[in-house]
Amino acid sequence: MHVIVVGLSHKTAPVEIREKLAVPESRLREALSRLCTYPGVREGLLLSTCNRVEVYAVVEDLESGYGRVQEFLADTHLSLSSEHLTPHLYWHAGDRAISHLFRVASSLDSMIVGESQILGQIKDAFEVALTHKASGLLLNKIVKKAISVAKRVRTETKIAETAVSVSYAAVELAKKIFSNLTEKTVLLIGAGEMAKLAARHLIANGVRQVRITTRNFQHGLELAQKFNGTAVPFEDYKTELAGADIVLVSTGASHYLITADDVQRAMRQRMSRPMFLIDISVPRNIDPAVRPIDDAFLFDIDDLHMRVEQNREDRLREAAKAEQMVVEEVAVLGQWLQSLEVTPTIVALRGRTEEIKRREVEKVLARLAHLSSEDRAAVEALASAIVNKMVHGTMVTLKAEATSSSGAAYVDAARRFFSLEDAPAAYPPAQTDVQDVPEENGAGNGANRFSGEALVQHSTKEQGRRVS
Amino acid sequence: MSSVFFMLTMGLYFVSTVCYLAYLLRRAETLSKVSLGITAVGFATHTVALVARMADSSQAQLPTFHEALSFFSWMLILVFLAVEFRRQLHVLGSFIVPLALVSLVTAAAFRSDETSSLQPVFKTLWVHVTLSMLGTVGFAVAFVAGVMYLIQDGLLKSKRFNVLYAKLPALDYLDHLNQQSIVMGFPLLTLGIISGAFSAEIVRGSYVNWNPEQTWAMVTWGFYFAVLVGRLTIGWRAKRAAYLTIIGFAGVILTLIGVVLKSHGSVS
Repeated sequence: MHVIVVGLSHKTAPVEIREKLAVPESRLREALSRLCTYPGVREGLLLSTCNRVEVYAVVEDLESGYGRVQEFLADTHLSLSSEHLTPHLYWHAGDRAISHLFRVASSLDSMIVGESQILGQIKDAFEVALTHKASGLLLNKIVKKAISVAKRVRTETKIAETAVSVSYAAVELAKKIFSNLTEKTVLLIGAGEMAKLAARHLIANGVRQVRITTRNFQHGLELAQKFNGTAVPFEDYKTELAGADIVLVSTGASHYLITADDVQRAMRQRMSRPMFLIDISVPRNIDPAVRPIDDAFLFDIDDLHMRVEQNREDRLREAAKAEQMVVEEVAVLGQWLQSLEVTPTIVALRGRTEEIKRREVEKVLARLAHLSSEDRAAVEALASAIVNKMVHGTMVTLKAEATSSSGAAYVDAARRFFSLEDAPAAYPPAQTDVQDVPEENGAGNGANRFSGEALVQHSTKEQGRRVS
Repeated sequence: MSSVFFMLTMGLYFVSTVCYLAYLLRRAETLSKVSLGITAVGFATHTVALVARMADSSQAQLPTFHEALSFFSWMLILVFLAVEFRRQLHVLGSFIVPLALVSLVTAAAFRSDETSSLQPVFKTLWVHVTLSMLGTVGFAVAFVAGVMYLIQDGLLKSKRFNVLYAKLPALDYLDHLNQQSIVMGFPLLTLGIISGAFSAEIVRGSYVNWNPEQTWAMVTWGFYFAVLVGRLTIGWRAKRAAYLTIIGFAGVILTLIGVVLKSHGSVS
């Protein structure tokens, strides 16, 4: 059984390709059930966002599994031929596929590292896969783990704590001046896009009082309606200053609308209550001479940009910590997957020895018909004791080594020593026709499915295929 | 026993101060938890030290500077722990714990184990010292809030968004803390001065004799009265309030030094 991912993201494909490949929500269900009908595909999950389209699957054979999933992608999007698609795809299997999912969920692979949307999108995709029974034991475990890893990253690192847009940086600064935004009044002068966005962020963070003034009063009224605020005639903006805790300016004016005198007058009326002025206009609309005025804090577009730049660096530093967490968690999950391989071997071993014992005891007892029932019981007990003692060490070793790095080798050895090749292979029991997919080879049967070999095999292939 | 716990407390506050100062410059949040833990243990040993000292000397002794300063330090930590518990304002520890340490070290310098039997008059002196010290704790916290305000104000004005900026709380919260501390501290100081006047009447037969430290105390009282009224009526808040409370606390310290210099070792 192999866990694989095939997909493309903002890192490998331009938006023209991504938008073509994106699966609309209405078709998700149909696409998923089709994915599971491909031979050799046991479990599937489809993640489709504006920045990535990925198929996570559990397949029986690595090579053909990749092929099937790729076929599925091409079939789902008739407008894209395989040749168009292939150069943008990436392939991962085993630990690398799991690590990829963990990184995606933790927003380490996002366009804006640390954004929180992706986790919700993964939860939704998982929900769909669950309701359509497309995901089974393996994917369930892996996706749930990915969600918990993402949560751990969010709580233990500061990856998502800082603002990464100019408009949000304004909110972050406001929170360093006012601890509680709900009682504060925002005055929006002009209706530049960024200022509107900043106003929206401020409202989302609790601001209730919004006063809006634009040169075109009608436009102001419309905006006021949108923000649930009050429109003020443009001529009055200077008198409005004193009542505003946060002033957002973004007009097309080529001169200073607010001078140091205006602010000084407002500050006197405000009796030194702090005032936060944000000038997002270029050319600037607030005289920089306002800066030295006590309790008035002026920030222009460059200041905000600088803040965002710093935050980006902070996020990258935090991302390094998060990467380490992903590595740890992948190792933990890898152990669980390995232990899955050991269990069927132990079961097979027990069955095999039981079988030998039963046959031999029957043979002997048939010849010794004169034995009393007590003696027969003694013979059986003797056989059981010998068999159990013989395999005891093997069982213990298998269990103990289940999660070690050489676990696969022990499983392999046990299967050979006790001729378990023809015993039922590995978990999970096949849902589809087993005859369709012949097992790779007898000897390594199921033993090294999630282990090193598969990875090496795969990563060389990936180098050949991956477009970075 | 008291002195063992006292020394232990001093050691713990010292380690905690070092941790809290390191916390100011580092991103690691775990440092604040370690510091808080050490401070909490220190507070416990401090409480034991104070109780043991009280038991040793019972009521028969004059309040000494040692006790007053040790009590002051203990109250500071108590206030810090309360604010930390409610607001998780770790960075406050980086300012208050060092102040508590300085006060405790000063207390150690005045430590004496002599006990003298005295008349019940000194009960009023105990009340005077306790109330004045509680008032002073209020001004100390206002001072710390003022210092933090000016730092954050400076960082915002100069657009230096460093680690300290990230750790300090919003300006209006610091201003609020400043106001609350004075609102609490001022009435306590007022009562402290009144009880002081009563004990002076008992000891010397006059309520006020305008010696230098009494004069200083009255000046300090008048100053804080002005700060409080100014804030409530004509908007002496924010940066101005921060400056004023820093000046006021400097005045309080001068008064204390004056008292110490005048009567080394005991209040008489």
